[in-house]
Amino acid sequence: MLDLYSPGTSVLHRLPPAPKLLALMIGATVMFLNENLLLTAAAAMAVLALYLLAQLSLKQALAQLRPLVWIFAIFFVLQWVFSGLELAAYVVLRLAALILLASLVTLTTRSSDMIDTLTRALRILKPIGANPAKIGLAISLALRFIPVLAQITADVREAQKARGLERSVIAVAMPVAIRTLKMADDISDAIESRGYRP
Amino acid sequence: MIQIQNVSLAYGDRPVLRDISLSLTERRIAVIGANGSGKSSFARLLNGLVLPTSGNVIVDGLNTRDNGKDIRRKVGFVFQNPDNQIVFPVVEEDLAFGMKNLGFSKDKIAERVNEILTRYDMLELREHPAHLLSGGQKQLLAISGVLVMEPAIVVLDEPTTLLDLRNRRRIARALDALEQTVIHVTHDLDVIAGYDRAIVIDDGRVAIDDTPAQAIPAYQRLMS
Repeated sequence: MLDLYSPGTSVLHRLPPAPKLLALMIGATVMFLNENLLLTAAAAMAVLALYLLAQLSLKQALAQLRPLVWIFAIFFVLQWVFSGLELAAYVVLRLAALILLASLVTLTTRSSDMIDTLTRALRILKPIGANPAKIGLAISLALRFIPVLAQITADVREAQKARGLERSVIAVAMPVAIRTLKMADDISDAIESRGYRP
Repeated sequence: MIQIQNVSLAYGDRPVLRDISLSLTERRIAVIGANGSGKSSFARLLNGLVLPTSGNVIVDGLNTRDNGKDIRRKVGFVFQNPDNQIVFPVVEEDLAFGMKNLGFSKDKIAERVNEILTRYDMLELREHPAHLLSGGQKQLLAISGVLVMEPAIVVLDEPTTLLDLRNRRRIARALDALEQTVIHVTHDLDVIAGYDRAIVIDDGRVAIDDTPAQAIPAYQRLMS
């Protein structure tokens, strides 16, 4: 299951979202500009040290990378074949460090705080017709419903497996799509019921 | 008080409710009926989520056609599936959502969220991810998310359907303790035995409107 926010009282948990998001942007840019394997490895270690500072375990850090193991493997093999071992290690290490850094921000920041910050930052887009509050709510709903959609897909897959249809993509995709659309209607009613004024 | 005046409702060509007139004044009202009888649509009329095709629904003098937003502040709505009602990923954030929408201060939100978490023995779940709660905890969170907005009336659309017996009882106890007027759409006949009034909807019409003691056996005969 996906970890979003991990409650805690560490320095990183108490830090407001804005500096964390800014640090993430700067960190990601620096990592992309750097082309040295050793420095990338040092950056990855530094990110892991930040997990410990945030009172998060290395197991939690590795859990953030687990869903992407296949992507790492494909990248590594392709880079190794076409560009050599050192570049393959560099590309995969950099990607892992970036994901760990981004996950660290999510794990130590409540989504409501993050959305409040983003909503304030997005006010600059108001002149071109953007509605920051709506964008904020959309991000919140996306975060909230990732695990729900994963559960719906698992339920449908199990039901189709019981009927011998586990290999049929359509037999899984169609019920998931229909349930998701029905759920979207209900969510819309629920948001309206709870006094949301866009 | 909710007055339903000659209300009919149709989705396209399909009639769902037919010429219903009721005055809902009791503190505990149950709405029962077969699947597809129109009882969920009836519930959605009460806070303006659905508008009647003809007739009017009046809540404390306000017509749902013109005052939807004010009425939704007076009439809270709890849906059958809590997963479709919990909007934020963390328990405390979700509880705060409705109050933020109503413009309450941070302090007031924190105070009331604390109060409701204490009331339902969920203080330790304050920072818990909502998707990891049990079914009963999710439904309690959904109900709490409505109650923090302090509505005068709470409409619940089959809130115990997806729950096991223990959690059904937990929700039933929580509903019994509410100070608000409760309008409860349900198939759970045991829960409504002590209610003031039971309305049976059948094929879009009010088939029986009586005390639960009279209405439940009559409903059971109707369904046999």
